[in-house]
Amino acid sequence: MEPFSAWMQAQGPDADIVLSSRIRLARNLKDTRFPNHMTADGAQTMLARVEQAILGVQGGWALHFQKLADLSPVNRQVLMEKHLMSPAMMEDPIAFRAVAIDERESISIMVNEEDHLRLQVLLSGLQLSEAWSVADRLDDTLEATLDYAFDARLGYLTACPTNIGTAMRASVMVHLPALVLTRQASQVFTTLAQIGMVVRGLYGEGSDAVGNIFQISNQVSLGLSEEEFIHNLATVTQQIVGRERHAREYLQHNAELMLADRVERAWGLMSHARIMTSEEALRLLSEVKLGQDLKLLPATKSTFAQLTLVTRPGFLQSQSGRELSASERDQMRATLLRKRLQDEAQSA
Amino acid sequence: MENTHEARGDRAQLCQRCETRPASVHMTTVVNGEKFDRYLCEECARQEGAYHFMLAPQFTIQHVLGGLIGLNPSGQRAAPIPDKQCPTCGYSYQQFAETGRLGCDRCYQAFGNELEPLVKRLHGSVEHHGKVPRRSGQDILHQRTLEDLRAKMREAIAQEAFEDAARFRDQIRTLEEQHVESQGSQDHGTV
Repeated sequence: MEPFSAWMQAQGPDADIVLSSRIRLARNLKDTRFPNHMTADGAQTMLARVEQAILGVQGGWALHFQKLADLSPVNRQVLMEKHLMSPAMMEDPIAFRAVAIDERESISIMVNEEDHLRLQVLLSGLQLSEAWSVADRLDDTLEATLDYAFDARLGYLTACPTNIGTAMRASVMVHLPALVLTRQASQVFTTLAQIGMVVRGLYGEGSDAVGNIFQISNQVSLGLSEEEFIHNLATVTQQIVGRERHAREYLQHNAELMLADRVERAWGLMSHARIMTSEEALRLLSEVKLGQDLKLLPATKSTFAQLTLVTRPGFLQSQSGRELSASERDQMRATLLRKRLQDEAQSA
Repeated sequence: MENTHEARGDRAQLCQRCETRPASVHMTTVVNGEKFDRYLCEECARQEGAYHFMLAPQFTIQHVLGGLIGLNPSGQRAAPIPDKQCPTCGYSYQQFAETGRLGCDRCYQAFGNELEPLVKRLHGSVEHHGKVPRRSGQDILHQRTLEDLRAKMREAIAQEAFEDAARFRDQIRTLEEQHVESQGSQDHGTV
């Protein structure tokens, strides 16, 4: 397995601030109990049906279908850390669940999460419309053989009424260190809430924004078309990107020494520390990234998204090929980051 | 104690076990007289057996939803939760009120009266304007196109643009005829 997903190369538009764009569609099968109300037999029948549909998909999607029960806990965790699976997929009933992923790790289909199917497309930078067009086509391809639960008035029917209608969540993952430093972030997020957008941390629902990474998505899914929801989020994201760039310029003009000191310290710690917790790593990475964006620090070949993944516990354990204790992880994390920063900065 | 708070600042601390969710539980264990402090999330604390007592249920969307159900806009419980079941899957409305999740797609019909005000409160709308399944939704797509054309025709008549109105009328007729034909060819044998 490639250690990194294609989107982590950060080549999309505005990818220095918008780490990724994601479209997620919830789909359920007609006349079939939702996952929370399924019997074990029902779940197995349903899994088999979906597996057949996914394997039968034509047109070069190259999806790799895996039952979660066939994956080790560490490998499941890595999929979660790469955002190919939601944290909810990590919980029971594992036996009912499966995931289909393409080679570039841009597309994933979660089977029997809260809904029967959750199709997801993840692209680098601000590319919501592009992600929607891929998700839309994949959805049509699957619907050619699966009968979806759909109501002319309520749209796509989902286990939780908060998701009906388009059953779509469009989201962007943004890195906003300057808005946080200039204490504008909370005001921006309050405004977002007023216009029906939700802000979450790195791993979605129930996670906090460590490393100044925020996920912004549409709250409502019914009443507008997919294109309208996407247009709204894309417009708002562009404004936030503008605010972040403005805050960076402000800092450079008004607090250059403080800024340089801050990012150089982060670089110093990261290229010399021997023990590092995941929380410290994310915090330092965010500052190093800001320093690199502002050309105050040398560039590295590894992108921010790649380095972020390198700090994650599941990824560390999959790289070392065995389970690691928390203190072993802290050592390995420090070693990997130190090496990547030192080696790559020299060769860059 | 104060030092701990100082060190954490206002930044969220990650759980030291899963390193993914925010830590919300401070767990102290004493092993052979030595004290260990750890900061965990609720899930990991539960898995490590920290709770011999029951925690307050989590504050998730499902639970908030459960609270919204059956409330009138002034926040009073309008009526007791109806003792209803979905005839298709047997799921009860009580279960929905507890979990915020339905049992199957037919539950939306079975609990339609109860769900409608809730959907309106959640989304501010009860009308889907987005995608329709390409294969199975052809009838719906057809109806949408017809409604669209009828609205345009009414608009044209209101503005006394009768030539336009006639053009829309012809389009509607053609579409209706095509639909009847395709229906006929699909259903032949059963009719």
